[in-house]
Amino acid sequence: MTAMNYAPHHTSQAVAARATQLSKVYGQGETQVVALNNVSVDFAQGQFTAIMGPSGSGKSTLMHCVAGLDTFSGGSVRIGDTELGSLKDKQLTQLRRDKIGFIFQAFNLLPTLTALENITLPMDIAGRKPDRQWLDTVIAMVGLSERLSHRPTQLSGGQQQRVAVARALASRPEIIFGDEPTGNLDSRSGAEVLGFLRNSVRELGQTVVMVTHDPVAASYADRVIFLADGAIVDEMREPTADGVLDRMKAFDAKGRTS
Amino acid sequence: MFRTALRNVLAHKARLLMTVLAVTLGVAFVSGTLVFTDTLSKAMSNQSAKSYEGVAVSVTDYGRARGEDGQKQGDPGIGQQTLDKVKAVKGVDTVSGRVQGFAGVGDRSGKLIGSGWANAGANFAPVKDGKDPRYTFTEGSGPVKDDQIALDKDSAAKGEYQVGDKVRVATNGPVREFTLTGVFTTEDGAVNAGGSLVLFDTKVAQELYLQPGFYRELSISAKAGTTADQILADVKPLLSKTAEAKTGAALAAEQAKDIERAMSGMSTGLLIFAGVSLFVGIFLIYNTFTMLVAQRTKELALLRAVGANRGQVKRSVLAEAGVVGLVSSVIGLACGIGLAVAMRSAMELFDAKIPAGSLIIAPATVLVALVIGVLVTMLAAWLPARRTAKIAPVAAMGSVHLPATMKSLVLRNIIGSVLAVIGIGVVLLGAGQKSDGRTTIAAGAFFLIIGLFVLLPMLSRPVIAAVRPLLEKVFGVSGKLAAQNAVRNPRRTAVTAASLTIGLTLVTAMSVIGITVGQAVDRLSTQNIKADYRVTMAGEGMNLDKSVLPALEKGKGVTAVSPKTMEIVRIGGDSRTVSGVNPAALDAVLNVKTTAGDLASLGQGKLMVSAKEAQKRGLSVGSTVDAQYDDGEKGKLQVGALFDGKDQLEDYVLDNRILAAHNESQYLPEVLVKVSGGTSAAGQQAVVDALGKNPAIKVSDKAAMRNEMAGMINTSLNIMYGLLGMALIIAVLGVINTLAMSVYERQQEIGMLRAVGLDRGRVKNMIRLEAVVISLFGAVLGIGVGVFLAWAGGRTIAGSVPGYELVIPFDRIGIFFLLAGLVGVLAAMWPARSAARLNMLTAIKTE
Repeated sequence: MTAMNYAPHHTSQAVAARATQLSKVYGQGETQVVALNNVSVDFAQGQFTAIMGPSGSGKSTLMHCVAGLDTFSGGSVRIGDTELGSLKDKQLTQLRRDKIGFIFQAFNLLPTLTALENITLPMDIAGRKPDRQWLDTVIAMVGLSERLSHRPTQLSGGQQQRVAVARALASRPEIIFGDEPTGNLDSRSGAEVLGFLRNSVRELGQTVVMVTHDPVAASYADRVIFLADGAIVDEMREPTADGVLDRMKAFDAKGRTS
Repeated sequence: MFRTALRNVLAHKARLLMTVLAVTLGVAFVSGTLVFTDTLSKAMSNQSAKSYEGVAVSVTDYGRARGEDGQKQGDPGIGQQTLDKVKAVKGVDTVSGRVQGFAGVGDRSGKLIGSGWANAGANFAPVKDGKDPRYTFTEGSGPVKDDQIALDKDSAAKGEYQVGDKVRVATNGPVREFTLTGVFTTEDGAVNAGGSLVLFDTKVAQELYLQPGFYRELSISAKAGTTADQILADVKPLLSKTAEAKTGAALAAEQAKDIERAMSGMSTGLLIFAGVSLFVGIFLIYNTFTMLVAQRTKELALLRAVGANRGQVKRSVLAEAGVVGLVSSVIGLACGIGLAVAMRSAMELFDAKIPAGSLIIAPATVLVALVIGVLVTMLAAWLPARRTAKIAPVAAMGSVHLPATMKSLVLRNIIGSVLAVIGIGVVLLGAGQKSDGRTTIAAGAFFLIIGLFVLLPMLSRPVIAAVRPLLEKVFGVSGKLAAQNAVRNPRRTAVTAASLTIGLTLVTAMSVIGITVGQAVDRLSTQNIKADYRVTMAGEGMNLDKSVLPALEKGKGVTAVSPKTMEIVRIGGDSRTVSGVNPAALDAVLNVKTTAGDLASLGQGKLMVSAKEAQKRGLSVGSTVDAQYDDGEKGKLQVGALFDGKDQLEDYVLDNRILAAHNESQYLPEVLVKVSGGTSAAGQQAVVDALGKNPAIKVSDKAAMRNEMAGMINTSLNIMYGLLGMALIIAVLGVINTLAMSVYERQQEIGMLRAVGLDRGRVKNMIRLEAVVISLFGAVLGIGVGVFLAWAGGRTIAGSVPGYELVIPFDRIGIFFLLAGLVGVLAAMWPARSAARLNMLTAIKTE
């Protein structure tokens, strides 16, 4: 399969994150598995991108590598002006802390902290005072003003994920990565969370990259990238749920016949 | 079900590691103690049996019993004629008469060789062919002239003496120089335990230790064909009333019994500490199994769902504990045997030579080790196992394990509070009972500690919340999270902290009492001494020769010399202890406050009486009392002065010349000396010189006098610290265990923290601080309870120690705190590392 370049043609729009010829290989020799095969992709600032693909397509690995959570075997990754490949663990940690926000499938809140403490956790770690006004805006947006002193165990799944969204937004990162952020939620709560993410992009100019296998979730994005066998095979702008589903079915069929 | 249990053990190897280690250490301590004491006991009995080899009958005679009139009569020992008569008895092969006593040998710089209490001298008693069967000469031969001696091999080596060298030997009298004629080895236990032995010619030894022509002991060997009992029967009629004759076999058996008794005392002492270690281990095991059961709730529920009944599930957990216990015990037993071997070599390093002998691993030791290991493990797993019975089969379908209900903690707190209050009450009651209260306090302490353990989960929250702001301020997010994590599972935190609490309660209580008593005795021992030096024999409780008094008087710069003797005198019909002093020097060497009369009256032969005793017996200055001295002579004494306090003197004080006149072999334990210019190196040298540089005499200044007591208490405290060290190690294992469990359970959280920007260093800090917080929590309670119990225990001895005042050794307590913190840091090392290395992606991958 030939590696295709899915970088936008017009470079006028600033790039929040860029992967160039990115590859990730597990193991050696006979047992070698190629998770990412020379992937090049740009994530434009102020855009909501969804990464889709069947299980094992490498979509999560791509996100982990671009987000500085995992190491890669070849190529390069940039977040803003920073090249990740040359960073030591300590600098990488600092980069994640200062420039990246995360939303996980399992919410991953600290049960010992209140909702508010969870939201400000990344800033606490950085030793920064949160911007009060911004924090209020974010909290109001996700509708948590009434529950700030609750502990995660006292919140529903949807509420917990809203706390997680607020946590990702609160420190005004350059880019937010979501790993199946609606995977553990019912459809109503999921829609809420996706709505917040889209609003943050539309109204606050946030950049969001989300891995999902749900066509409905993907339809909230501005752009969908399709991965298969460790390579980008297609992309779609202004997606609809049905359009994404059709595209996925096509890949599935192709996968089965090949 | 057993197969399931076995599989579980194998599947959780890593998580059971700390449990195995804890049980192994405890069992190793127990079996090591047993093997070591058995081995030592056997070796020592063998040696004593060997020293009686060839001795058919042994006769001992301490001579001169007191008659009905209280007077000593008869010979001082076994006379030469008796020996000759014994020699003539039919069947007797050889008879050797022996005398022994103290003899110290100095090395070339004049320092005493060997440990003061075991520096002995004896006579060389050659039988046929000029050999003494007790001693094997490796160089030269035995002393046969007045100025000759032989020395045991180790002492000769320590002093670097060769045959032909001049050696200075101190007995109770002045130091004399002898020529070394031989070096020997012997089976004598004291010599082998690091003492020294000097052999003199019989005549010299008799002069030194008894009286010319007399022996203390006879060793009789039999001709072939004659039994020891026969000789015993024939010899007995020849002996005086005060003599005691026994067969060698009987003596060997007696000694073996004594050794066994001494050893069992030692092994009981060690086993108590081993017990503490095992008890601490129980907490660790309990935590491990609680966690294993909680993590396996689903699995166990599945077993229940497919038809296992409650008992079977419970038994499967217990069987798992049994297997772990058995494996650990076997390893522990092996380690214990190794420990015993190591202890034997370690003792030899410290100069205590242990007779050679094979290692004794009694079947009882093996049995005890295995049973204890298995029992302790199963006992600790009992509660967690019981909890499995509450798991409903439906839990197999659920996703989370059962949360702890609030109700049980409420009930727990009520029980704990009641127990703790009862405990405190009983301890206070005991403290009020003075010297009879010790058992009461022990019972109260038991309730208090149990109550406290039950309450620990509740106590952990406020105590740890109190330090949280500080942690947050100093360590930021890591500190905040650590404090919160520490109280997340209060029960687990409590059980972890408890193991440190036990150890520190004991250590603190013993330290406080030891140091309090030490300081009290210390004050007592020197506060009223004005003398610069105290002169005593190097060996505890040994007798100085009278000649030291005039010798000291002549010393350069010596301004006052006073003996301090004690003598029983019947005063007014009752036996009373009387102190003998030098009236002219008394005021210079001791601080004596007279409340009536004049101190100078002592010099006129008058009696001085303590004010308290005088009041009790209605005496005042000018009263006259009847006195009867040691030799039976009667007289009258007039009271010349009354004095206050009696910490250095007895209730009655007399001029020692009066006492000495009535007792030719007066016991002279110490002499007080004042020099011009006070304590100084030159002053001390002058005193030592005045004594003829006698290696067996010790000259102590005030600091040394004080150190003697403090040193003794410190040594015993240090031994105790060492023994409790094992419990501390197990407590460290417990903290490691808990942290490892927590890190394992919180993988996702830690991964998330790493993802959102907490660097490795701070993740490590978080785990480390959690450990430190838990450890310090345990330490605070342990130290608190320890001080309280020490205070209560102190009340019971306050009456018998004048001037008792509770001393809290803040420096030591500070060290305990630091150590507890260090325990936390050390214990966190491995869990913190594994937490920092955790793969962040686990946080994101949910399934």
